[in-house]
Amino acid sequence: MVNPVRNNKLAENAKMKDKNTISNGVKFAIKNLDIWFGTIHALKQVSMEIEANEILGAIGPSSSGKTTFLRMLNRLNDLSPNFRMNGEVKLENDNIKNIDAQFLRKRVGMVFALPLSLPLSIFDNVAYGVKMHGVKNKKLLQNKVEESLKEAYLWDEVKDRLNESAFKLSGGQQQRLCIARTLAVSPEVILFDEPCSGLDPISTAKVEDAMVKLKQKYTIVLVTNNVKQAARVSDRTAFFLNGELIELDKTELIFTGPKDKRTDGYIRGKFG
Amino acid sequence: MRNPYRSQKIAFFFLFLATLLIVVPVGLIVIVIIQKGLPAISWQFLSDIPRQGMRSGGIFPAIIGTLYLVSGAIIFALPIGLLAAIYLSEYSKDNLLTRIIKLAIVNLAGVPSVVYGLFGLALFVVFLKFGVSILSGSLTLGIMILPVIITTSREALESVPQSFREVSLSLGASKWQTIRHIVLPNAIPGILTGTILGLGRAAGETAPILFTVAAFYLPQLPKSIFDQAMALPYHLYVISTQVPNVDEKIRYGTALVLLTLVLFMNLVAIVIRYKFRKKKKW
Ligand SMILES: Nc1ncnc2c1ncn2[C@@H]1O[C@H](COP(=O)(O)OP(=O)(O)OP(=O)(O)O)[C@@H](O)[C@H]1O
Ligand SMILES: [Mg+2]
Repeated sequence: MVNPVRNNKLAENAKMKDKNTISNGVKFAIKNLDIWFGTIHALKQVSMEIEANEILGAIGPSSSGKTTFLRMLNRLNDLSPNFRMNGEVKLENDNIKNIDAQFLRKRVGMVFALPLSLPLSIFDNVAYGVKMHGVKNKKLLQNKVEESLKEAYLWDEVKDRLNESAFKLSGGQQQRLCIARTLAVSPEVILFDEPCSGLDPISTAKVEDAMVKLKQKYTIVLVTNNVKQAARVSDRTAFFLNGELIELDKTELIFTGPKDKRTDGYIRGKFG
Repeated sequence: MRNPYRSQKIAFFFLFLATLLIVVPVGLIVIVIIQKGLPAISWQFLSDIPRQGMRSGGIFPAIIGTLYLVSGAIIFALPIGLLAAIYLSEYSKDNLLTRIIKLAIVNLAGVPSVVYGLFGLALFVVFLKFGVSILSGSLTLGIMILPVIITTSREALESVPQSFREVSLSLGASKWQTIRHIVLPNAIPGILTGTILGLGRAAGETAPILFTVAAFYLPQLPKSIFDQAMALPYHLYVISTQVPNVDEKIRYGTALVLLTLVLFMNLVAIVIRYKFRKKKKW
């Protein structure tokens, strides 16, 4: 399951870290994080670091807290009325509680499980976030939209129909549109929540390609129900079970010799 | 066992009958009004003041009065109702108090209109000293249609999928930007429907204007919002019950004008909804 191309990527990646990143290459530092929704204890004593410019895969059975973990990182959980948390999440040395939610979400973008296009044109979907951050200049918007669509490998397919409704695109195209939309606000981190769950293998491959390329500029956290996808794209993989972080290690190690039996059981398909 | 196909047929028959039972009387009323009222309709009827103790002439002041009242009611009720709906659906916490408030508003829509009339009399005419005037009448009608506007607008706002809000927020938009650019535009059809249903009700009610604005007979047009005015529903009531020997033609003609006005507003609502629904895609 380990492929040499990816090992090269890892090596490259290690070099990049030295060059480009602040705070010793650690993007998120999470310490003793507990999350509750009412009486449900959704995350239990999770501690980990997310490194800059890595793809961190998160796997685990249903209701193991993967989405909750992801939505913690851009404080989208705050929208749930019965949400409570304990512990500390730091984005480059700032506790995210002290970062204004709007600003945090600009830095930490998210791509949802289903392709959730906004009921706007293709162009306006991509331009939406940028506009909300106060950019009005038409030319600037156009450049940004084009650049983002290219980065998401969608430009060639939509460049002649930018004013059509986004709902006219196929599911796979819409998901790449959602990626472009997230890229347009120039985040540092992109959170993907099962981005390929509704897509066919070819669209999935396109989205995965996009993610691997994006890693050069962004830090990526990828929640996936598809264990093979984590093996294909992620640099390190975290295994969640019942709200606990069971194991986090280099993807090769997780998939060849995990330390915990439960990880082994899951990736061999024993449960979940 | 009976043949299930047959029982289905029987069920359909009764459902169809029930529908017919509703449609036929309404249809008949409309037909009768059109049949008896149409001969009265003429340019003079629409543009002249009432003459000879309202036994001839036209109904122009009543038409104008109703238009003023309806406009006044909407100018007052739409902004307040919309803001209240936005608050209730987007900002208020889902607790017992909020739920009681929502329930109370829904129930207010069912309060008999004469109660609003008395309320308007006490508050606007007497207490605030606006007198019997277009202002008092508009405000009373506005208060009467507020519950309808709030409830339909709130439902329209709440029916916008939560996922759209999350997407917008996740892109770093503020809560207000999300409401302004995503939630409101997608709720417009519902909001407009509520507004126009409210308008229709405001145009047709007699009781709320009875004590607050309506003039029995006022053959000139109002000059300011502190004037009294005639209004179609009250005028209809007057010529049907208070003035003897009014030609049937004039009564049905007035009813027809009122009916057309209300139906026209509903038609506008339907067209707007239809236009927006074609664009809506989730
Ligand atoms: N907004 C919420 N309100 C109440 N409970 C919630 C909420 N979000 C998550 N939970 C609960 O928290 C637990 C973890 O859910 P989460 O969505 O994080 O799981 P997941 O690992 O993403 O599962 P899946 O693979 O099915 O998406 C579940 O028991 C879920 O019911
Ligand atoms: Mg999930």
